Amino acid sequence: MPLLFRKTQEMETMIDEYLDRVVQGGLLFKEGLRYYLDGDLAAFEDRLADIDALESESDTIRRRIESQLYTQTLIPESRGDVLGIIEHTDEVLNITAETLMVLSVESPEIPEALRQMIRELGEVSVTCMDELITTIRAYFRDVERVRDGTTRVLFYEKEADKIADRIKRKIFKDDSITGDLSRKLHLRDCVANIENISDTAEEVSDRLSIAAIKRTM
Amino acid sequence: MIWFFLLSGLFLGWSLGANDAANIFGTAVATRMVKFRLAALIAAVFVVLGAVISGAGATETLGHLGAVNAIAGSFTVALAAGLAVTWMTRLGMTVSTTQAIVGAIVGWNLFSGTPTDLSSLSTIVASWVVSPILAGAIAAILYFLTKLFLAKVNIHLLREDAYNRLALIVIGAFGAYSLGANNIANVMGVFVPATPFNSLHFGKLLMISGKQQLFLFGALAIGVGIYTYSHRVIKTVGNDLFKLTPVTAFIVVFSESLVLFLFASNTLHFWLLNHGLPAPPLIPLSSSQAVVGAILGLAVAKGARGIRFRVLGRIAASWVTVPIIAGVLSLLLLFFMKNLFEQQVVADTRYHLSEKVLTHLRQDGLPVDDLRSLNGESFSHPRELRQALRRTGQFDEMQMLAIFDAARVDTLGRDTVRVDESRLTAAQYRALARLQGRRYLYRWQLGEALARLTPAWEPKQADTPLKQQRRQELLSLVYRVSRVPPGNRSVNSHQEVAP
Repeated sequence: MPLLFRKTQEMETMIDEYLDRVVQGGLLFKEGLRYYLDGDLAAFEDRLADIDALESESDTIRRRIESQLYTQTLIPESRGDVLGIIEHTDEVLNITAETLMVLSVESPEIPEALRQMIRELGEVSVTCMDELITTIRAYFRDVERVRDGTTRVLFYEKEADKIADRIKRKIFKDDSITGDLSRKLHLRDCVANIENISDTAEEVSDRLSIAAIKRTM
Repeated sequence: MIWFFLLSGLFLGWSLGANDAANIFGTAVATRMVKFRLAALIAAVFVVLGAVISGAGATETLGHLGAVNAIAGSFTVALAAGLAVTWMTRLGMTVSTTQAIVGAIVGWNLFSGTPTDLSSLSTIVASWVVSPILAGAIAAILYFLTKLFLAKVNIHLLREDAYNRLALIVIGAFGAYSLGANNIANVMGVFVPATPFNSLHFGKLLMISGKQQLFLFGALAIGVGIYTYSHRVIKTVGNDLFKLTPVTAFIVVFSESLVLFLFASNTLHFWLLNHGLPAPPLIPLSSSQAVVGAILGLAVAKGARGIRFRVLGRIAASWVTVPIIAGVLSLLLLFFMKNLFEQQVVADTRYHLSEKVLTHLRQDGLPVDDLRSLNGESFSHPRELRQALRRTGQFDEMQMLAIFDAARVDTLGRDTVRVDESRLTAAQYRALARLQGRRYLYRWQLGEALARLTPAWEPKQADTPLKQQRRQELLSLVYRVSRVPPGNRSVNSHQEVAP
């Protein structure tokens, strides 16, 4: 029996490893953002390097998953859904890495009045991402729980939207945020980048809802 | 020549393989869970095993319906069935070789004048109606059980996929075995009374009977059908009929296979009877209709409203139209075969109505007064006897059948001791040995003589169905072994010898 299901076991492990990388990516992003906001740039660059390495690792795993799903004709009925989910999840990870990269390259100066809110936005986005990964795991193991998971993803995405909205208003409306329009637009873009994490997570979650319906008998 | 005559049976087998294998592996192949090559290999191997090992039960029932006793007749009957199936399939009917062969056999009965066993016929037709319903009920139950099970165990999607794949292969093999066991009767059943093969012995342990050799050839034809043509049918079954997921595909195939097995397995049949449970009769069914039944059952269980009543209507229509078309075709072809090609499609059979036959019939509760005028008369063809019976009295089909059975002259008694001793009790064998060399004109005489000698051969009311069936089988064996071939019958052999 173990020999018979060896390939299946390998694939299960590979998918789990891939999802682990995405969770780690979220944690690294949160840490990186915190160090940037605290002004500890050395620690920030460390996290950026880590997340870069993690991203390329996860890309390798993802490609292996994709090719093996096809060559071994595994889960023929759900293959399209699974591949779609994995590819879009990869995008979420990419956005976290990209957001840190933008901070590193463009080095926007974050006004004190915005720091706590941005930290909060980062945390909520990562929570949203974590919930997404939990839901993806549920899709594989316990499809009945997917609905709860997607509800939570949706909730955190809305929360992130609200926080981002507040930050953007503050950037343009609050007198404490000084500087010309180009600076404000720059800050807004940084916030939009972070906000993008939960938006993309929501897209994956929508796919998951449909895939889960298809999976229930 | 014999091989030429078998061709029509092989053609029927081929079309069975091409059409019905799709019902077993169609969904698995169409959902890409199992590769076609693997599916075809498994299907072919297990169809052969099922046919050779368990094919006898359903064949017996078809034999009761009508024993086509000349090989040219068997050829024509199988050809009529094959043509009917091909024709109806082209018209898009959900047909089965079963309905066609039953119609064709009844056609032969009509042509030859042999009475049709109406109780067998009604059992067969009732089973056609019951089998899709049963498959649907099983599918619905399996659906709920599987759903409950999957919700409880929470298996990883990939693992579920792997288990499902394995299950589809195992259940597919079981389905192919059941199909072979249940449907070989359609393909080769009509050739059994006229089988050209003798038993083959491989040492003391393995014996392949003539019937099993016949089944083997039929099953090989089914296998060829699976390899050469079923791929195309699989595509339509898998995609057109109903969108199935791998898990529901498993449920459908399992339900279908169970139903086929229930109606084919001798072992299960007697086990159920002996435990006082109702046992389905051993009857060849249509795997296509079982599949459609299972899918509809699944649809009902899922609460789907979109049940296509037209599909149901088409199935019900095929219960009536296919046998009729095959029957008419069979009649026509038999007529041409006999008159145009001058082939013997009905073997010469002697019937002799003696005082003893009348007494035997009276004991069986038949009104024999009308038969008195025929006392002492002989008939050399079933049609002659039928005409004589029509002239003398009003006999229904079942009474005719009893008269035909009782009056058939067979000349039995050669080498009764040749019956395999290991299958008999000591008392049974001693009785057989005492009858060695004596001659009997009628089958029932030999049976009665044995019953007089020992209670071991005596039919008893209290006997379990298994015992009754065993005794009947042993008696058939004794009849077969001790039958004096027509060429060796001495001029006086029709003089019956009292034991």
